[in-house]
Amino acid sequence: MFTAKDYAMPQSVEEAYEILTARKTNYIVAGCAWLRMGSRRINTAVDLSEVGLDFINDTGDAIEMGAMTSYRSVETSSLLQENFSGILSRAVASIIGIQFRNVVTVGGSVYSRFGFSDFLTPLMVLDTSVHMYKDGVLPLEEFMKMPYTKDILVKVSVKKAPVIASYQMFRNAEADFPIVNLALSKTDGRFKVAVGARPGRAVLAPETAGYLTRALEDFRNQKDPKALDENAAQAGKILGDEVGFGSNMRAAAWYREKIAKVLLKRAIREVEGC
Amino acid sequence: MRYVSRPVRKIDGMSLVTGKPLYTDDLAPKECLIVKALRSPYAYARIKNIDVSKAKMVKGVACVLTYKDVPKVRFTNAGQTYPEMSSYDRLILDEYVRYVGDEVALVAAANEKAAIQALKLIKVDYEVLTPVLDYKKAKDNPVIVHNYEDYHNNYDFQGQNNKRNIVVEGMDEHGDVEGEFSRSDVIVDHEYENLAQEQCMMETFRTYTYMDHNGRLCVVTSTQVPFHVRRILSRALQIPQSRIRVIKPRIGGGFGAKQTVVSEFYPAIITLKTGLPAKIIYTRKEAFSASNSRHQMCIRVKIGADFDGTIRAIELDTLSNQGAYGEHGTTTIGLSGHKSLPLYNQARAFRFKYTGVYTNTMPAGAFRGYGATQGLFALESAVNELAVKLGMDPTRLREKNMVRFGEIMPAYYNEKMTSSALDRCIYRGREMIQWDKKYPRTQISDTKVRAVGMAIAMQGSGIAKVDTAGAEIKLNDDGFYTLKIGATDMGTGCDTILTQIAAEALLADMDQFIVAQVDTDISPFDSGSYASATTYVTGMAVYNAACDLKNKIIFAGAKMLDPEKYTVPLEKFNPKKFFFDGANVTEVSSGKSVSIHDIAIHCAGNYTGTYLNGSGFYSSPTSPPPLMAGFVEIELDKETGKYEILDYVGVVDCGTVINTSLARVQTEGGIAQGIGLAMYEDVKYSDKGKMMTNSFMQYKIPSRVDVGKIRVAFESSYEPSGPYGAKSIGEIVVNTPSPAIADALRNAADINMRSLPITPEKVLAAIEEAKDNGEG
Amino acid sequence: MLIHIVINGEKRKIHCGPDDMLMEVLRDAGYKSVKCGCDTTNCGLCTVWLDDKPVLSCSVPAMRCNNRNVTTLEGVQEEAALIGSLLVDEGADQCGFCSPGLIMNIIAMKRELKDPTEEEILHYLAGNLCRCTGYMSQLRAVKKYMGVEE
Repeated sequence: MFTAKDYAMPQSVEEAYEILTARKTNYIVAGCAWLRMGSRRINTAVDLSEVGLDFINDTGDAIEMGAMTSYRSVETSSLLQENFSGILSRAVASIIGIQFRNVVTVGGSVYSRFGFSDFLTPLMVLDTSVHMYKDGVLPLEEFMKMPYTKDILVKVSVKKAPVIASYQMFRNAEADFPIVNLALSKTDGRFKVAVGARPGRAVLAPETAGYLTRALEDFRNQKDPKALDENAAQAGKILGDEVGFGSNMRAAAWYREKIAKVLLKRAIREVEGC
Repeated sequence: MRYVSRPVRKIDGMSLVTGKPLYTDDLAPKECLIVKALRSPYAYARIKNIDVSKAKMVKGVACVLTYKDVPKVRFTNAGQTYPEMSSYDRLILDEYVRYVGDEVALVAAANEKAAIQALKLIKVDYEVLTPVLDYKKAKDNPVIVHNYEDYHNNYDFQGQNNKRNIVVEGMDEHGDVEGEFSRSDVIVDHEYENLAQEQCMMETFRTYTYMDHNGRLCVVTSTQVPFHVRRILSRALQIPQSRIRVIKPRIGGGFGAKQTVVSEFYPAIITLKTGLPAKIIYTRKEAFSASNSRHQMCIRVKIGADFDGTIRAIELDTLSNQGAYGEHGTTTIGLSGHKSLPLYNQARAFRFKYTGVYTNTMPAGAFRGYGATQGLFALESAVNELAVKLGMDPTRLREKNMVRFGEIMPAYYNEKMTSSALDRCIYRGREMIQWDKKYPRTQISDTKVRAVGMAIAMQGSGIAKVDTAGAEIKLNDDGFYTLKIGATDMGTGCDTILTQIAAEALLADMDQFIVAQVDTDISPFDSGSYASATTYVTGMAVYNAACDLKNKIIFAGAKMLDPEKYTVPLEKFNPKKFFFDGANVTEVSSGKSVSIHDIAIHCAGNYTGTYLNGSGFYSSPTSPPPLMAGFVEIELDKETGKYEILDYVGVVDCGTVINTSLARVQTEGGIAQGIGLAMYEDVKYSDKGKMMTNSFMQYKIPSRVDVGKIRVAFESSYEPSGPYGAKSIGEIVVNTPSPAIADALRNAADINMRSLPITPEKVLAAIEEAKDNGEG
Repeated sequence: MLIHIVINGEKRKIHCGPDDMLMEVLRDAGYKSVKCGCDTTNCGLCTVWLDDKPVLSCSVPAMRCNNRNVTTLEGVQEEAALIGSLLVDEGADQCGFCSPGLIMNIIAMKRELKDPTEEEILHYLAGNLCRCTGYMSQLRAVKKYMGVEE
């Protein structure tokens, strides 16, 4: 369990930031699901519940999710079910249980950038940006590589586009962490691939995506499903070289790589509609 | 039958589902000191120096104890009948710590925060020792886990030697084993291994203690064995049993974990030292990593058979990882052979060799199945592999070789099979799963295949000649009954089932009974709820008590109806002259009758009255085996190795089913735990001996989306020695899933999965290996 | 610190620390139906409703509940008896330790879903672990409660 000496419920992001930065050991508490498993010693716990960051909005050219939006809201939001092939809603739907998804927040999980995240991998193949109070708007890809800074994640914004996407994950038990997950998107014939739970943080696989963009153009001209599988196998090889996999309690590196290739094939089939 | 073989609702059910405060922690007084244990970070170490002075200064801390403060008398914490068969190798706190999680010191404070703070301030200077972590290397290892002179066992176990890390070692043999092997056409010979599965009852270990008005130590605890708790605490604390009272409230599950005294010592010694009430609640992490589990075992099975499927001889060689302390070590290992081999009673010879060893890992203890589960995974898998080798349907192979009704079983202490419907269990299961249509497999797509698999199982009903149960039923002055038992309902419903037996015998209504909470001051002695003993052993005690009381009621009624005529003492009284229908006692010759209500009032409030109390006792010379057949259909994804259960069919012969809905749920629940053992429940240690899988986040028990569909049916036999023909059901139901699932995978992809849990990663590795071998 | 929580419709003033979680605060305040099963936010035993949504009370800071509505099993006794009775009919109560959290989630499901499929039921209740029953008997009872039994 974490410990805290004080608890603050600021009414605005400005106020929250002021409290957060007032002392080194002040810390944002979001869903607390992960926080309570550690033993962090917090001076003032800063709760964003009353800041007004629980929303999923359509701004016209993007969909925005406030930092305090729960996974359950992401799961059940018709906006998110209808956009981006529904992969964001589907990606979070199998995480533990409804009671858990009602407390875990978009901000908490994106800020934490856990390797096992089901949410970050699909976000990475979409045009996603992270709105930080201090650091401003950052592309997710860049944010993923940044160290943890003392800042407040305000919202996550995903640009609308004519995108077809697929999210694939593999778990041993249904309520377990994924052993590996993969997202694939296609916008105007251009592919993006991301692999997560490697078990490290999700990464993009630009070479694999580039290969698919080139190869599948040929496939679409011929519509030969056998060619699709051959392309998928080749893409899998590139993915294996491009993305690093590791071993942990849940799976060995060789197995993760094997599964990632299978997931890639399934994602390609889904995106290509066969 | 009024209540036997009926789906009677659990008598405490509505209180449980409406969330009433009934469990140990709900009842504990607010002023309890909170007890916490400091636990060893090392797998093996000696405490060179321990400084608790700073911890004692924390505000609210009442007491800090180390090994210097506890009695120096060794005991076992195994909840077994005295004299226990487990070694006396424990102290409440010891100078040596023998696994990561072993208790180093105790803190008691006014609140949890103070206790945790104090724990952090205890300064321990350890001499870190090299541990022995691999049980396959433990025997005769230079590292000795229990290296001292006051190691004790109540029995002279052949082979036991703590200086060689041997908990138990021996052999049991019948017939000409080597001769039969040499005459066999086919030999199957492989090793099978399971991990130390965790019981994972939802309520962790917990106890609170206080001194009562007579200065006695009262222990309210979540236990399966209140009388053993009283006796073991008495030895560990060095106070007479008469100074201890143990009360068992409602329990949030046990599955064998609470057949071992785990949490009770710590608040008890704090209360003795301080005079204050004290409470300990185990965290889930402690329940995982500092209690007990199933025994990890590696079992080699060799079977010799003829081409026609006649099994000639079986040899089983069990190596069991006892972990750091010896609880249930000498006994569990025995069941791996004694409750597997008798299934193949047509075999002419068998040999059962066994070695149990100490290591510096968490101690193993009792868990539903108790060694039989491990033995049956190995033996049933080997028999299924034999079927493949012979090109024979595994159900036919069973039918040819399995034990039959009326046979003497040399592998089961020469006991006789007095009831069996195993043949019908197999037949029914085969029908339900549509075996003939589905065996061995059906290709669904390029990558997906469906397959079926099966296994059979046995267990016992109580421990023959060891388990004892008393029961009392008193008639109260308003005509209702109080049933007093010492068996412990841990959610299984035994309070209800035993009431059904009493109500049946006394021709009374269920709601005429109250069941007294188990309290060692009041309840009759009972060895406790374990070893599948409750319905069978305590059930017979209750039946005997009910018959005793019925006689006394009729006798009292006779005296009321005609005091002049019925003057003989009870022992010479002939109750057959009367008819008792539960409500009235009627003289057959005259038709005169008196109601039970009037008898009750008369006996309680008249100088010619008497105390109407029936008492019964039972201990069985035999342990009649329940039997079972398990069938499974899976779908395997050959690209990933992932497989799911489409249908699990369990058909059980537990003799007469006393409570149809509770027996069904026992079976469904046991199968789900077996599925956990087979598929998901992975135990991982670091190379330093720290358990990594110490939470539900890292150790996955099946959720409701993981278990697939489970279907249950009963094929009843009639066990003449059991209450209304009943045998046991509690344990047997966990035994079939691991061998049946391994069999289905074999039938799906021609792979032999011999180590549990069977994860998709292992399956895929096996598929790839088979492919490589095929190509090579 | 003093907070105001409406628990089961009753306004309560409760003292709690800045790092106290709702679960312990509720138990201390006498709502003993709330159980803890795991310490790692994934067993479902501590499920209560926060503003009518099922949440894991072990990971909700008590301070966050200031001026909000919390419902425990003590507050929905009539519905608990209804679904509870169906569970008891099946023998699905068993040890009962996971029942309060499960029933809180079942009642929440009843309010949220109409005529759910078996798959939807399993999905909704996936976060409630049980070690006794093997889940089949619970499913039979829940289907009756939801009016979707075969």
